[in-house]
Amino acid sequence: MIRTAAWKRYNWRVIWLSVAYAVFLIGAVYSFKHALVPSVLKYPIAILPAIPIIGIFFAIGRYLVEEQDEYVRMLMVRQILWASGFALSCATVWGFLDNFGLVGHADGYYMVIAWFFGLGVGGMVNKLTVGEGGC
Amino acid sequence: MENRLRVLRAQRSWSQQDLAERIEVSRQSVNAIETGKYDPSLPLAFRIAELFDRPIEEIFVSPSRRSSKAI
Repeated sequence: MIRTAAWKRYNWRVIWLSVAYAVFLIGAVYSFKHALVPSVLKYPIAILPAIPIIGIFFAIGRYLVEEQDEYVRMLMVRQILWASGFALSCATVWGFLDNFGLVGHADGYYMVIAWFFGLGVGGMVNKLTVGEGGC
Repeated sequence: MENRLRVLRAQRSWSQQDLAERIEVSRQSVNAIETGKYDPSLPLAFRIAELFDRPIEEIFVSPSRRSSKAI
């Protein structure tokens, strides 16, 4: 990917959000494992690790708004479309396999993992189709 | 879209990076436009045309005109 000013800001946001995710996840798992969570706080603490992930989606949106280089922005949009198509296809296939009892049930957040993997797929497709700056 | 960007740039002895800095985009963007892999938006096409002090149609070849010539 081309390192524009907007890209650098996006990278910093993702780094901080990833750190927050690790801290929240470890904290939530530890708290639940040791039964430290009062029942009234169970739902808020359970969704705590999701908040930085949602923040990453917001950071991607901010990046698209802040990116001044239209070609670079177009590459990112293509990556996002690939990611969405990939993740939705995975979810659809897995859903039917699950329905017919051929695979185990998967947690919903695997969809996010597939989406981020799809971003990588989109980057490779960019690289193969438009060449330099495509990944 | 076919264009004369590389020729105009070469006439001024500018590198892709020089042109990129003048029109405030990345060097990769200039390369993508020059090689016809990316069609610039109208505002960017105007910026390029103003930089070279030429009308847009002298820099970018209209795809419809190009195909009608072929006919």
